[in-house]
Amino acid sequence: MSNPFSINGGACVAMAGKNCVAIACDLRLGLQALTVSNNFPKIFPYGSSTYLGLTGLATDVSTVSELFRYKVNMYRLREERDISPQTFAHLVSSSLYEKRFGPWFVGPVVAGINEKSGEPFICGYVYSSSQDVYVKLTCLANDSFDSIGCIDYAKDFIVSGTASDQLFGTCEGLWEPDLEPEDLFETISQALLNAVDRDALSGWGAHVYVIEKDKVTKRLLKGRQD
Amino acid sequence: MDTLVARYTHPAFESEGYSSADDQQAAQDLAPPSLSLNFALPPIASTASWLRAMTDDHSNPNCPIKIAHGTTTLAFRFKGGIIVATDSRATAGNWIASQTVKKVIEINSHLLGTMAGGAADCQYWLAYLGMQCRLHELRHKRRISVAAASKILANLVYSYKGMGLSMGTMCAGVTPTEGPALYYIDSDGTRLSGNLFCVGSGQTFAYGVLDAEYSYDMEDEVALELGRRSILAATHRDAYSGGFINLYHVKEEGWLLGNEAHEGRVLKRLGEAGGDVWSSVACAMDQHQHRERMG
Repeated sequence: MSNPFSINGGACVAMAGKNCVAIACDLRLGLQALTVSNNFPKIFPYGSSTYLGLTGLATDVSTVSELFRYKVNMYRLREERDISPQTFAHLVSSSLYEKRFGPWFVGPVVAGINEKSGEPFICGYVYSSSQDVYVKLTCLANDSFDSIGCIDYAKDFIVSGTASDQLFGTCEGLWEPDLEPEDLFETISQALLNAVDRDALSGWGAHVYVIEKDKVTKRLLKGRQD
Repeated sequence: MDTLVARYTHPAFESEGYSSADDQQAAQDLAPPSLSLNFALPPIASTASWLRAMTDDHSNPNCPIKIAHGTTTLAFRFKGGIIVATDSRATAGNWIASQTVKKVIEINSHLLGTMAGGAADCQYWLAYLGMQCRLHELRHKRRISVAAASKILANLVYSYKGMGLSMGTMCAGVTPTEGPALYYIDSDGTRLSGNLFCVGSGQTFAYGVLDAEYSYDMEDEVALELGRRSILAATHRDAYSGGFINLYHVKEEGWLLGNEAHEGRVLKRLGEAGGDVWSSVACAMDQHQHRERMG
């Protein structure tokens, strides 16, 4: 278990609905088997309707979230307006690629609503091999793969973290097009809660944000504490 | 079947005396069981190192065989007998394979075994131990002692030492000769008798609660609650332990199912009563109700 992506554990998911998006994360912080904290949220706001979820190595989750706070603040001072989710997605992309040869061990998820167009927006980042081809061929699974900036646009949902396999399953099963905010909340909550119940390294409660044109609702979910 | 019955009701055993050396004898009496020597082995030079290479999660997270590990089990002796408690989670890597595993094996009406380590290894060899205990009973017309039963298992796993068996078990039982007896046996061949054992990935957390509160002179109810709380602490902190709590109480009359409590229910009850660390803890019950409302 020397894979930095699965030392601390954690899961994050974003979903698009009708004129709304939702993003949710679990609350666990662990050191391999040991659960250190059950209050470690992985979603960070960057403006009125732009949110970033970060899973992976906890030290990088904290550092990267602060780094983007700095970058977005600088953007806001220069432009005198909030950053749009689309622009933020590209900022994340280029910031990740800046570390091409020594990547951050994080799996970012962007979710938000474009305030000009009112369009919902979600995206993730494709895991690419940042090592040479020989290493790539001798490793199975996505062990030697890092998020280094290739944007993964989606119209339905984006998943990330140690429960990502499970999240793919629950999201494929539960998501449907044009969900209203309340239904989107139920869908993303059930998708996350049921996914993390099958992952030893994530869970212990959850945060869910439902983002609408001029309203953001944050809800705290109780979850299994084992 | 008739031949089996004829074989084990042979009068030759009737003349046998039951000396105190019986128990030591018992383990030797049983000739190496035929089925235990007939496992197919892979066609390679060193079985042990091959198996390690295939299954060792720590040195190679991509190992092709993921053995189900991760458990918390405990057993302790007290004035009212023995309490045995386990969680019910089975994991393969980080994947939670099951939340409803029975980790206590009822060897007979007075003997229990617990499972930690490789699920298949434990299940198979404890079932095998159950068979040997029954045969002992038929041969000797009395129940096997816990000492002898645990030694059968210890000798058995020792004969496979280095071949990759992975088990940490406890044998708990009450016999007229020994009273309440508790043994720890693991796949290294260790066999220890003692008052209190915790085994598995969550053992440290369980020991924490158990050592702090344990006393030999507890009442039955207090002892059951202590077993439950110790497992609960482990399921909370250890990622590889969870699910339900299985509780057993072994007495002179045999074992009793102490209680099967849902993890969430216990958390809630403790939270309400104690107002301690658990009060800040959310519970699975609420979540289940929430899900039912949805469905």
